[in-house]
Amino acid sequence: MTRIDTSVDVMLRVNGSARRLRLDTRVTLLDALRDELDLTGTKKGCDQGACGACTVLLDGKRVLSCLTLTAQCDGRDVTTIEGLAPDGRLHPVQEAFIRHDGFQCGYCTTGQIMSAVALLQEGRAGSDEEIREFMSGNLCRCGAYPNIVAAIRDVAGRGTE
Amino acid sequence: MRPFEYVSADDPAAAVALVSADPRAEYLAGGTTELDLVLKDGVLEPGRLVDITRMPLREITRADDTLQIGALVTMNELAADPTVSERLPLVREALLASASPQLRNMATIGGNLLQRTRCRYFRDVSVPACNKRTPGSGCAAVRGPARMHAILGAGEHCIALHASDLCVPLVALDTLVDIQGVDGSRSVPLTRFYVLPGQRPDIENVLRHGDLITRIRIPLLPVGTRSGYVKVRDRASYEFALTSAAAALSIADGTIVRARLALGGVGTVPWRAREAERLLRGAPATGRTFQAAAQAALGDPFTVAGTAFKVELAERTIVRALQTVSGVPS
Repeated sequence: MTRIDTSVDVMLRVNGSARRLRLDTRVTLLDALRDELDLTGTKKGCDQGACGACTVLLDGKRVLSCLTLTAQCDGRDVTTIEGLAPDGRLHPVQEAFIRHDGFQCGYCTTGQIMSAVALLQEGRAGSDEEIREFMSGNLCRCGAYPNIVAAIRDVAGRGTE
Repeated sequence: MRPFEYVSADDPAAAVALVSADPRAEYLAGGTTELDLVLKDGVLEPGRLVDITRMPLREITRADDTLQIGALVTMNELAADPTVSERLPLVREALLASASPQLRNMATIGGNLLQRTRCRYFRDVSVPACNKRTPGSGCAAVRGPARMHAILGAGEHCIALHASDLCVPLVALDTLVDIQGVDGSRSVPLTRFYVLPGQRPDIENVLRHGDLITRIRIPLLPVGTRSGYVKVRDRASYEFALTSAAAALSIADGTIVRARLALGGVGTVPWRAREAERLLRGAPATGRTFQAAAQAALGDPFTVAGTAFKVELAERTIVRALQTVSGVPS
């Protein structure tokens, strides 16, 4: 039987820097970020596309890194939570989450923040109802939802509804 | 999880050649079903994944009264298309009620047609009895706890649900599926694309190994048609349907002139409700008509203890959809 090649060379642009990796074909983007690149800000929650904790931006769009094969990201741009504050200055969404106490245990928070950054770019912060609907892919088992909505509303420049 | 080879294909012909030549090769697009079943659940064990996401099948074009959608267009891209908003609101509503924003950025239209069932027995390889996973092994769902399962097109061999929201309006609209295979190209109506489980639940559609969906074509609704999608689920968002209905009606002077109706959350395949459509056409647009159509739509359901509630819920969902679309109160 012919031995098949089960490794792959990938070049990712992660938070603006080119990173070259040689990986097993099965490695997800989530595992590549955490285990190969030591970017542990992206969290592994359900690891099955049900919780949103692993949300990152791929070519500027929010996706689930646990259901993305690293091999499919060759030559593409990945933005993680670490990329939001490259010089130590927090992103406005990060500041708003602190101001509004938008987390308790914090495990889902980086996914919530990445999703919120994308939501604002998508123009989906028109009302609290719209924010809730378009944040529905990010679960928070502590139930910090009201404060997460408040943080996003704040960055969107709307007052209390 | 077994090792697999990864190959990226540049165009449909190359992709078809790569998969056709290898019985253990499978296509990889958005990955939201495929990678879940390969990497996480271990239900699928391909020897080679052929990545098709770099192929040029990402265009949405309009030709006369048909919308042509490349198989690699994402769910969010289709939901944002102006023609979909203007002429196919039921498609837009079904897309935005699907999955989550993240998954809609990943999942493709071609992949949505081929998404696998969410039946927990199918997805749990420690359950021996699943005719869809292991033909002839039986059906654990028929005898075990069931809820998110089918009641139409179902039987003792399989009650696995086709969980797509998008495919519900697509079957209602007589969408065509363009397929490229080893022997050339062909088109199949989506209403004849899926195969009922019968004795062989492992056979889900008319595709042969290596066949690739390249495009779907949706005939636009006539101007003035009212349409919509109603989805009922266990939580407000990010959840599969318990029941759903896609409806399109043209009403003149209180009489229904044209009617299209399809159901989700209840069928082993996306369910076109033709008998209900016949009842609706030519009938007065009233609550009584809608109720009669809803009862006809459910026909002769196959229920188990956990899914019996779906009959009444589906009828009510249909009535709600027809009321919402027509503007006629109960």
